[in-house]
Amino acid sequence: MNYWPLIGVAVVVAGFLARLNPMLVVVAAGFASGVAAGLSIPDLLALVGESFVSNRMPMLVILTLPVIGLLERAGLREHAHRWILGLRGMNVFRLLTTYLGLRQLLAMFGLTTVCGHAQTVRPLIAPMAEAAAEKTRAALDAPTRERTRAMAAATDNVGLFFGEDVFLAFGAVLLIQGFLAKSGIVLEPLHIALWALPTAIAAFAIHAVRLARFQGRLAAARETNDA
Amino acid sequence: MLKLAHVWWLAAIILGAAAFFDARHRRWANATFWAIMTVVFAGGDAILAAHQAGNRLPTQIVGAAVVVLALIAGTGIMPRASTANVDAATSQAARLGHRLFGPALLIPAVTALVYIVAKYVPPLGPLLVETKQASLVALAVGCSVALVAATMITRSAPTQALRESSRLLDALSWAVVLPMLLAALGAVFAATGVGDAVASLVGMIIPTDSRVACLVAYALGMIVFTVIMGNAFAAFPVMAGGIGLPLLVKQHGADPAVIGSLGMLTGYCGTLLTPMAANFNIVPAVLLELKSQYGVIREQWPTAIVLAFVNTVLMYFLAFR
Repeated sequence: MNYWPLIGVAVVVAGFLARLNPMLVVVAAGFASGVAAGLSIPDLLALVGESFVSNRMPMLVILTLPVIGLLERAGLREHAHRWILGLRGMNVFRLLTTYLGLRQLLAMFGLTTVCGHAQTVRPLIAPMAEAAAEKTRAALDAPTRERTRAMAAATDNVGLFFGEDVFLAFGAVLLIQGFLAKSGIVLEPLHIALWALPTAIAAFAIHAVRLARFQGRLAAARETNDA
Repeated sequence: MLKLAHVWWLAAIILGAAAFFDARHRRWANATFWAIMTVVFAGGDAILAAHQAGNRLPTQIVGAAVVVLALIAGTGIMPRASTANVDAATSQAARLGHRLFGPALLIPAVTALVYIVAKYVPPLGPLLVETKQASLVALAVGCSVALVAATMITRSAPTQALRESSRLLDALSWAVVLPMLLAALGAVFAATGVGDAVASLVGMIIPTDSRVACLVAYALGMIVFTVIMGNAFAAFPVMAGGIGLPLLVKQHGADPAVIGSLGMLTGYCGTLLTPMAANFNIVPAVLLELKSQYGVIREQWPTAIVLAFVNTVLMYFLAFR
């Protein structure tokens, strides 16, 4: 067993700890592991190039940018904010828990690209969450405002991750099935996907409790401010 | 029929526009960066076809271009634009009101509709859409329809839309490319045997005759390896091959479906913790203009830790029923 390629992992960890630019860290790590494994530079360049081109999918968020940019210029975020401010009984807990449940359900049916950080969080959910927080505490300080936006993004991630695995045709389910089949264990995708349900429920419950506590802290801070 | 190839072309147009506007404003580093990405998206299928046919020169050039991208990003010559807030001059919020939500909601609505037709309306769907990549094609159709609606409602020219997307791309900057680069790193790690080395190290450390120790090592291994690779998909074959199958399933008789499914989901908890999962953790921090790159991770780590614990306990009771 050649342990030298592990040097790439060390480069990644050291680079992130030193807060170097992630693009540089990743390329350096790739070359470190490649050279340590005895790959020649032409082979390594071809390997990097081939996998870079093969993995274009995650960049497709940019397809939403023209629409979102145009709507933002016309005041979409401003309007989303004002609309939530006018809704009675709205707060961060109710807004984000609803979004969490919706995101999980949509992902369970394979509709993963329907929502996302570019599509829904930045133009809609984040300004709405800020407005909802303002309804609890009118004078929202800058750090709390940032944390509210970050929580909106975190909620999107939790909803997506722990919903999509329940979907039969999702890549992860097929990857698990394929891996087990290669090892001689043949299972139906449904059989694997169903075992993701308990975790999906637990994820919803845990994150909802955290959102409730977030809401509670907002309300508590208001009371101390008023006193 | 709409294919994935058309989706790449659409992305290339958006990237090309960014290169064009940056070149016009003499932001040469940004222009070079987006020009390289335009070529990768427009020529990607041809590059891959040449590679499969045995001509490695195009992929080698892309490999060298990736190094150039990293150098442009890493030397700080590519300043990140601010995502300027709407100024009163362009805001039509008062006039348009709820109509502004229309195109924004059209993206998910049309995406969902196209996806469902492609997957579940047998004669029609496969005629219209390449079903294998239905969700990405559906997203592209949704964005296009929404764009037409948005230009009509806001009475703007389509070029204005490309100007806005270029502005947002310059704000996202290299962060939007990082996920692709991390995937490439994953391939290098896989090809150089990093996974096998990790698995063999783990195998040397754990006491294999205790099923609790094996289960905990499997769960922790999924989390740690996902944190390193930024992707649970990369961690799964390593950990399932190293611990899950040989020790948990074969030696201790665990249910393979549970080990597979819950193991992967435990890996997802690791995804919530790592800057390596850039598209989920770093890109939104930039999109939401957070001061810290790690702002999103800071809000989600408690959920991830508690859920990982719950998951491991669930795995124990469900796998050894």
